[in-house]
Amino acid sequence: MTTTTDEWPLWEVFIRGQHGMSHRHVGSLHAADAEHAIKNARDVYTRRNEGTSIWVVEASAITASSPSEKGPLFEPAQDKVYRHPTFYDLPDDAGNM
Amino acid sequence: MSQVDSHLIEFLLRQGDNPLILGHRTSEWCGHAPALEEDIALANTALDLIGQTQLWLSYAAEVEGGGRSNNDLAFLRDVYDFRNVLMVEVPNEDFARTMVRQFLFDAFQVPWLTTLQASSDQRVSDIAIKSLKEALYHLERSSDTVIALGDGTELSNDRMQTALNYLWPYSGEFFGEDDTDKAMEKRDIAPLPVSIRETWNSTVSSTLDTANLIAPSDPFAHSGGRTGVRHTEHLGHLLATMQTLQRSHPGAQW
Repeated sequence: MTTTTDEWPLWEVFIRGQHGMSHRHVGSLHAADAEHAIKNARDVYTRRNEGTSIWVVEASAITASSPSEKGPLFEPAQDKVYRHPTFYDLPDDAGNM
Repeated sequence: MSQVDSHLIEFLLRQGDNPLILGHRTSEWCGHAPALEEDIALANTALDLIGQTQLWLSYAAEVEGGGRSNNDLAFLRDVYDFRNVLMVEVPNEDFARTMVRQFLFDAFQVPWLTTLQASSDQRVSDIAIKSLKEALYHLERSSDTVIALGDGTELSNDRMQTALNYLWPYSGEFFGEDDTDKAMEKRDIAPLPVSIRETWNSTVSSTLDTANLIAPSDPFAHSGGRTGVRHTEHLGHLLATMQTLQRSHPGAQW
């Protein structure tokens, strides 16, 4: 017998859609373990035929950037427009970039 | 004058009324389940079951050929016209009983629908193929829950065991046998229910073992639901709620 906790842990859910090339974050839910989280994700997030694959990860396993570091992290990129590939003509054969 | 195929109608009503009544019972949880995720999962299960009902009762109405629709069969029949097993009409009581019942039912439905896929009746086979996918997921979910709560805390184990003790005498009715069953077997439309009893037993006993739950040994079995002769007092109350709209506003649509 395991000990009782008040609340199931939080899981983040990622779904790969019908036409999607990658899994996208769709939301979060509570579940007792990973298997349970997959089933709950199936019932909560794929009811309207949205998915072909589900990933779940315990929310506590995610390391997030700190909002207070927003300046040093992101602002240096703001004035570097040359990093966008908009100055080049892409040949059609290149396909999805 | 054409002969009405009363055995086939009776069989189809039994197929359709089980998911109808269980689906309605399950839908009673909507907005009340112990967790949001379980609430949605139960609502999905209820909708799957009602969807299966539509297919079975549509076919029953066609075979009957009297101009009634699946909605007429669901909403305008009275207690003694229903052919569901008694287990699905007993009150939910709590989450434990709801999930143990779902599990005992799913453990029957999966092998049952599996054999119906080979029915000599094409419509029966088509409905079974479609319903089986849903039943397989239901069984996976309900058996996981039975194990999680049975093998959980002392309190959850206790509530699951209480639920099992209450429901167990209702499980024997799954395997009832009468002239309708014999006629279906003779025409290769469906096997005798007793033919899947071994499979049901082994699914149930292995899951209950893992869940630290003990199946009662008393072989007594309630019956009277699938023949319609003796429903519990609960079915009338259920129908009063389920049918109130069509009873008060006949033919209402939206």
